Amino acid sequence: MVASRAVGSLSRFTASRMLRCPGYICRSFTRSSALLTRTHINYGVKGDVAVIRINSPNSKVNTLGQEVHSEFIEVMNEVWSSNQIRSAVLISSKPGCFIAGADLNMLTACTTSQEVTQISQEAQRMFEKVEKSTKPIVAAINGSCLGGGLELAISCQYRIATKDKKTVLGSPEVLLGILPGAGGTQRLPKMVGVPAAFDMMLTGRGIRADRAKKMGLVDQLVEPLGPGIKPPEERTIEYLEEVAITFAKGLADKKISPKRDKGLVEKLTSYAMSIPFVRQQIYKKVEEKVRKQTKGLYPAPLKIIDVVKTGIEQGSDAGYLSESQKFGELAMTKESKALMGLYRGQTLCKKNKFGAPQKEVKQLAILGAGLMGAGIAQVSVDKGLQTILKDATLAALGRGQQQVFRGLNDKVKKKALTSFERDTFFSNLTGQLDYQGFEKADMVIEAVFEDLSLKHKVLKEVEAVIPDHCVFASNTSALPINEIAAVSKRPEKVIGMHYFSPVDKMQLLEIITTQKTSKDTTASAVEVGLKQGKVIIVVKDGPGFYTTRCLAPMMSEVIRILQEGVGPKKLDSLTTSFGFPVGAATLVDEVGVDVAKHVAENLGNVFGERFAGGSLEVLKGMISKGFLGRKSGKGFYIYQEGVKNKNLNSDVDSILASLKMPSQPDVSSDEDIQYRLVTRFVNEAVLCLQEGVLATPTEGDIGAVFGLGFPPSLGGPFRFVDLYGAQKIVDRLRKYEAAYGKQFTPCQLLVDHASSPNKKFYQ
Amino acid sequence: MTSLLTYTLKYLPSTSQWALRFSVRPLSCSSQLRAAAAVQAKSKQTLAKPNMRNIVVVDGVRTPFLLSGTSYKDLMPHDLARAALSGLLHRTSVPKDVVDYIIFGTVIQEVKTSNVAREAALGAGFSDRTPAHTVTMACISSNQAMTTAVGLIASGQCDVVVAGGVELMSDVPIRHSRKMRKMMLDLSKAKTLGQRLSLISQFRLNFLSPELPAVAEFSTNETMGHSADRLAAAFAISRLEQDEYALRSHSLAKKAQGEGLLSDVVPFKVPGKDTVTQDNGIRPSSLEQMAKLKPAFIKPYGTVTAANSSFLTDGASAVLILAEEKALAMGYKPKAYLRDFVYVSQDPKDQLLLGPTYATPKVLEKAGLTMNDIDAFEFHEAFSGQILANLKAMDSDWFAQNYMGRKAKVGSPPLEKFNIWGGSLSLGHPFGATGCRLVMATANRLQKEGGQYGLVAACAAGGQGHAMIVEAYPK
Repeated sequence: MVASRAVGSLSRFTASRMLRCPGYICRSFTRSSALLTRTHINYGVKGDVAVIRINSPNSKVNTLGQEVHSEFIEVMNEVWSSNQIRSAVLISSKPGCFIAGADLNMLTACTTSQEVTQISQEAQRMFEKVEKSTKPIVAAINGSCLGGGLELAISCQYRIATKDKKTVLGSPEVLLGILPGAGGTQRLPKMVGVPAAFDMMLTGRGIRADRAKKMGLVDQLVEPLGPGIKPPEERTIEYLEEVAITFAKGLADKKISPKRDKGLVEKLTSYAMSIPFVRQQIYKKVEEKVRKQTKGLYPAPLKIIDVVKTGIEQGSDAGYLSESQKFGELAMTKESKALMGLYRGQTLCKKNKFGAPQKEVKQLAILGAGLMGAGIAQVSVDKGLQTILKDATLAALGRGQQQVFRGLNDKVKKKALTSFERDTFFSNLTGQLDYQGFEKADMVIEAVFEDLSLKHKVLKEVEAVIPDHCVFASNTSALPINEIAAVSKRPEKVIGMHYFSPVDKMQLLEIITTQKTSKDTTASAVEVGLKQGKVIIVVKDGPGFYTTRCLAPMMSEVIRILQEGVGPKKLDSLTTSFGFPVGAATLVDEVGVDVAKHVAENLGNVFGERFAGGSLEVLKGMISKGFLGRKSGKGFYIYQEGVKNKNLNSDVDSILASLKMPSQPDVSSDEDIQYRLVTRFVNEAVLCLQEGVLATPTEGDIGAVFGLGFPPSLGGPFRFVDLYGAQKIVDRLRKYEAAYGKQFTPCQLLVDHASSPNKKFYQ
Repeated sequence: MTSLLTYTLKYLPSTSQWALRFSVRPLSCSSQLRAAAAVQAKSKQTLAKPNMRNIVVVDGVRTPFLLSGTSYKDLMPHDLARAALSGLLHRTSVPKDVVDYIIFGTVIQEVKTSNVAREAALGAGFSDRTPAHTVTMACISSNQAMTTAVGLIASGQCDVVVAGGVELMSDVPIRHSRKMRKMMLDLSKAKTLGQRLSLISQFRLNFLSPELPAVAEFSTNETMGHSADRLAAAFAISRLEQDEYALRSHSLAKKAQGEGLLSDVVPFKVPGKDTVTQDNGIRPSSLEQMAKLKPAFIKPYGTVTAANSSFLTDGASAVLILAEEKALAMGYKPKAYLRDFVYVSQDPKDQLLLGPTYATPKVLEKAGLTMNDIDAFEFHEAFSGQILANLKAMDSDWFAQNYMGRKAKVGSPPLEKFNIWGGSLSLGHPFGATGCRLVMATANRLQKEGGQYGLVAACAAGGQGHAMIVEAYPK
């Protein structure tokens, strides 16, 4: 439960959330030398309207790459030169995707910023021609319209979008450490106003169709259709096209004006923005906010502000130039490489590499209606899984049911669900105190208290009632799965599913397989996790698995640093300024001091000196005084309901003072403290790969960032080693090893990477 | 058949493309029909079942259906229902004390008369010893009233039942907001002045914003017109087709009215106003004028308009349903048998109005009939687009296989047998009362045209539907 609690606190962090939004899609296609027919873009003429259809072969999504770009130019030139054609409709033939963004591979293949700038300028030129087209072009949007896709859409004269849940418009470039490089920074502020444009570009948030209509980002909405003469998706696209054609004709005939009536608020805003002083204030305000939130770790947001400002203050020529240059610069930064790596990793971890399970899980049973159990139920019922939630007492069960309901109801308040959908989902949940219905369960996930004998007890009880094919999954953060499976009659069906709290917010799921776990059981667990919307890493069994094991040595170092006299506030600010979403001392409070002690003790016993550092007595001392962290109201900080700024708990000072360790000045600079924490984390992560606990570095990075809040700007421990340099990290470790001993001894794999600079975790 | 023929020919010069298309069809089909009628090649001689009571409709009446806000606007629902009941008494001369039970359907309930069946029965002079209850099932409420009656008679509980329906859209219950209601309720419980004052101090101006009866589907929050527009689009039905169909409905209704075929209508002397003798929503227009209307729901490019939708209507209807042997014993000459019926339901979002598509093949199968056996189709017309979508869906193998789990389509009813005395689009659609109108139109048409089997079908809010086979009573 350690890591899971730990990460409760991370939910407030925006950077880890921001990676949810798929902006850019990696796709590698082979390029054939002779391209006589167009593969991605084709068009037909209906009356006097050209219908340009984008449909990249062998891919679920359309992306803007070189080929698409050149085909688009060809098609547009034909459209413009044809006498028959008076207007055009731009539409995707793929259900659920208009254009998902630029082709990420095209960017990562570039080695210099000049190359990237050139790509940006080519796109800018193309979209400018679209914008200035005398024949009106209507973008008919169904599905994701992101990044370059949105930039293309806002270059068109008119936009019509389906009011589908899949239709999302956004500029997620910032989440990949870059900026909208095809005129987006210049056109978006003109279209939706400067404040809204900043919001879109700086947060990367996706905007649903109805909201987009209100903002003026799209001009018309089309309702998705149900079954009729064709399957709904197909007919919806057809209908969208029909509607778009009538609007294209109307625009060409000047019966419809592309100009939109602005509301009063909008008019006032645009008036205010015409006053230079107001503009300056807004730039300043936005910049301050960005600096505060990014702590200078992410260069992209500041550049976006800069580029927008240049365009508004110095004219669009300067704006476009600045946009393409900054785009090139950003694409070469470590941060963007780290973020793009995470994005690719996330995509990989959303696939089931174990194949489809023999039997699909339809009936799920969860034991324990605590925070975790109810959280798991919540992410299951809304995916259509029939879920039994079982606890021992009515009170505990009721609390769990309420948690599920509240989770769903919050979505209703945010208008992400209708109250009817909420009720339907909630009806998938059955709360009970007995094992009724378990005979039909396809999977049981236990989330009972972290106690081996208790877990053994429930495992035996459950095995007496479940059918043969039913998978038994244990949600534990530290207890080895093989020890839990020891009492099982069918260990091949036992697996670990380590969720992170709060389950509905944290994206990671760590699946733990023992040597006896069958491949089909793993496939089943991954399938369920994916259905629940999780990003999944599959690791081998062992004490602490991967996530908890990496966190433990860092926590040990946290205690030592505190004992050396660094105050919790100072430590927190050092860690957050390094890119961790939550300060290290706060993290202990969030995890729970007792839990931290429990894990430290357990893993300390197994791994010995490598996990040593701070004294366990600090934690024991705090526990004896009842300072268990946030849950008890006091830990390193004092937590009060409704009080935002937390104060230090001065009573801890005496405990720390009595256990004070001498600090060693040569390894106690601010930077050293940061690196002592990070290098221990990284060293343990690399050791996990060396020992085969981890199968791939990608999973290591994803697990660390999405589960533990490892700084996303560094891309995860393995990406960090690649970008920062293995040698530098080994040097640091050696330096700290000299001061503290074996805890800092670099593992063999890390040393190997340091000694041969060509060795990289990511080639 | 001949009347239909002359009708189409008569209208040929005035109406454009549409008339052309329809005029060809009846011509070619009518010869077949005549042949079919001559051979009498029905799948079944009758739908009577051994050891089952035959249930008959003796007769049925309705008040004229009026656009809401017109002559009925000052009435209450039970007034209208009363008019239908007295009309039925008058028409059938049934002794009041013979009636075992009364059932009425209604949708938007007047809170003061929530069991409107009972209030109307008492006011219409029925015996106070005759129990009455009210049912609700959206637009098929009075169908539900009739089938409930069928159940009561079939199971031997009753012999004589009056079923009907009423809707008064001129007045609907508009409530105080929930907050206001809560405050008022709390106030009524408050004991001291202090308590009252503290409650009143919580009053906010927004408490006064009223709550209108839901026009949208509760589960999906979508209005029915909006759903109809999407349905029409899903079946690729053009605005012109919808307008043409609406024009057909109005033209046919006008003709039926003119020829006195709407014999179920009974005059109603509205207190303080003139006697109402006929439906007032029938207004055949021209396609050009209809084309000028703006879409009513999906703006600005939708296809459903005020002209091709059914309008808000006030009206009531009632039918007298008996066990056959009782009817004969009482000396009645029944009009029709009520035979097999089904209720269906499907996705309230995307298939809200497809009830007839699902119900038709099911009821035919149940009765052991085919489409060809049916001589008169009476489908409830909520929207032109909805009717045309249902016709297309019934004619689609793809739809039957992928959504209805059937091997093949049931086929689309031939238009020359379909709603030829007008439909809800033109006659009006008082939600709770339409079902009885459909059954009576079917029975009267069978009598008039000499057909044997009729099929009634309707869609209803909530994604539900109903179909029933009506068999003509042999002459």
